[in-house]
Amino acid sequence: MADKVSVRHDLEHTALTPPSATSGLLEAFRRRYLLRLMVRREIQARYARSLFGLAWSYINPTVRFFTFYFVFGILLARGNIQNFAIHLFAGMVLVHYFTETVNSGTKSLLTNKGVVQKMAMPRELFPFASMLVSLYHTIPQMIILTIACLWTRTWDPDLVGMGAALLGFTIVLLFSTSLGLMFSVFNVLLRDFGRIVQTFLNVLPFTVPMMYPYSMITERFGTGWPHDLVMANPLAEAVLLIQRGFWWTTTTSEPYSKSFPPDLWQRGFIMLGVCVVLLAFAQWVFSRLEARVPELLI
Amino acid sequence: MTTLDHPVSPAAPPPAEPLTSIVVDGVSKEFALQYQRTLKKIALAKLRKQKVKDTFLALEDVSFKVPQGQSIALMGLNGSGKSTLLKLISGVMKPDAGQVLTRGRISGLIATGAGFHQQLTGRENIFMNAAILGMSKEETEAKFDDIAAFADVGRFMDTPVGNYSSGMFARLGFSVAVHVDCDIFVADEVLAVGDRPFKKKCMKRMEEIRESGITMFYVTHAAASVRRMCDRVIVLESGKVGYDGDVDEGIKYLHYDDSDDEPDVADEDSADEELASDI
Repeated sequence: MADKVSVRHDLEHTALTPPSATSGLLEAFRRRYLLRLMVRREIQARYARSLFGLAWSYINPTVRFFTFYFVFGILLARGNIQNFAIHLFAGMVLVHYFTETVNSGTKSLLTNKGVVQKMAMPRELFPFASMLVSLYHTIPQMIILTIACLWTRTWDPDLVGMGAALLGFTIVLLFSTSLGLMFSVFNVLLRDFGRIVQTFLNVLPFTVPMMYPYSMITERFGTGWPHDLVMANPLAEAVLLIQRGFWWTTTTSEPYSKSFPPDLWQRGFIMLGVCVVLLAFAQWVFSRLEARVPELLI
Repeated sequence: MTTLDHPVSPAAPPPAEPLTSIVVDGVSKEFALQYQRTLKKIALAKLRKQKVKDTFLALEDVSFKVPQGQSIALMGLNGSGKSTLLKLISGVMKPDAGQVLTRGRISGLIATGAGFHQQLTGRENIFMNAAILGMSKEETEAKFDDIAAFADVGRFMDTPVGNYSSGMFARLGFSVAVHVDCDIFVADEVLAVGDRPFKKKCMKRMEEIRESGITMFYVTHAAASVRRMCDRVIVLESGKVGYDGDVDEGIKYLHYDDSDDEPDVADEDSADEELASDI
């Protein structure tokens, strides 16, 4: 027989620890290999046994895009914004990323219940992996967006604009991860939660300035409370930021002062801070409620 | 970290003594029983002054310590809290009161069949499962052939495990668990589904695990395998420790000895027989 395990693993210098202890979301960095396997599995599983497979990731947003484009751009003649389609699509990339993350994150513990009930692991990885899968699915949409911008022949991208788009993406990443994390546990405690989330996600695309210009809000409400309410949603800032990067740089006749709030950058960074705090809060909520998850997963 | 080795007992043991592997200290676990599921039913039940929910103590003030390398049989009737205790030790659940501490890497199986994804193939599940148990890609690759040979699912290795027979499913789960380079091995009536040759193979493997100095903690109802494999018996009775100590005494305590179908222990063959049929 080889050496006893206690010698081989140097157990004398290993501490006694609670077997369920994890460092929460930070485990995502420590257990990258496991996370990679989980992401790969979810990419496979999301469209398992479906004929179109990954194509559904594009069919859905495309149909939605044309619906919005037709209703808002043509019927309601919101198309008087220059390059309205890009204005809309740039926003939709982020909104779609957000809804996909929150949706699949909310369901993540339930869909993985076989593993959750039987194996000890940092369960934060499930909603986090869902977020990464959604992020993966935005890549082709970003390519389409870039092609559309080039198509206009008037696209003049600048570094500041790309920075704005990146900031918008980061806000959505943090915001959707926080919500996915919290909602995944809520959904185990109370299955109604998934439906409540679904309802909100259906309303969400209409509350951010992508089917209509930002100027419409200010023209109608000035900078009064309805304006503040719309802008209290981090997603609104994120959408404006990505429009700054992709849409505005394709236009020749849209004045910056009309299309964006004067304090867009300040708002963006404040929302970034808010989302960081929210993520810490979500982790706290998750850690507190997680203990009851395995027994409620039936 | 060396000085913090024993947060529970302030006096560190002399170095000659084996290390503590598992500490279970005043552990309780409570489950909620909810009788009504919807708002309407809850409201109606409240009106009728019926109970809406109740709690139930699956484990109550359980305490014991396990030195490294000991193998323990956890015994008791169905519903006495054995699986709950195993889940607490493996870290799947957290205790409501008290604390559980373990040293080193834990592997094993809780309930039959591991946490597998139905759509993934056997091969993919081995990698996924090994990763959850803390093995790296290289480690899994190095051990893959052993794992596959032990599970012996043949050409089904590359089909989704959803198509497996329950025996194959259990075999694959067990195979991954026993190949993890762990310090604590927990097993929960794992061998209930496998066929006889596989059970024999499992017993052999579990003996190897025991001999390599891994702490073993396993749930069983088979007296003969307990005699052969274990140094200590813990009996749970409605969530409390009813007995903790010597193997023969423990089996007597449970009256598992005086049943008619119990074979003579001195007779190795019939003990094997029992292993194969009863585990």
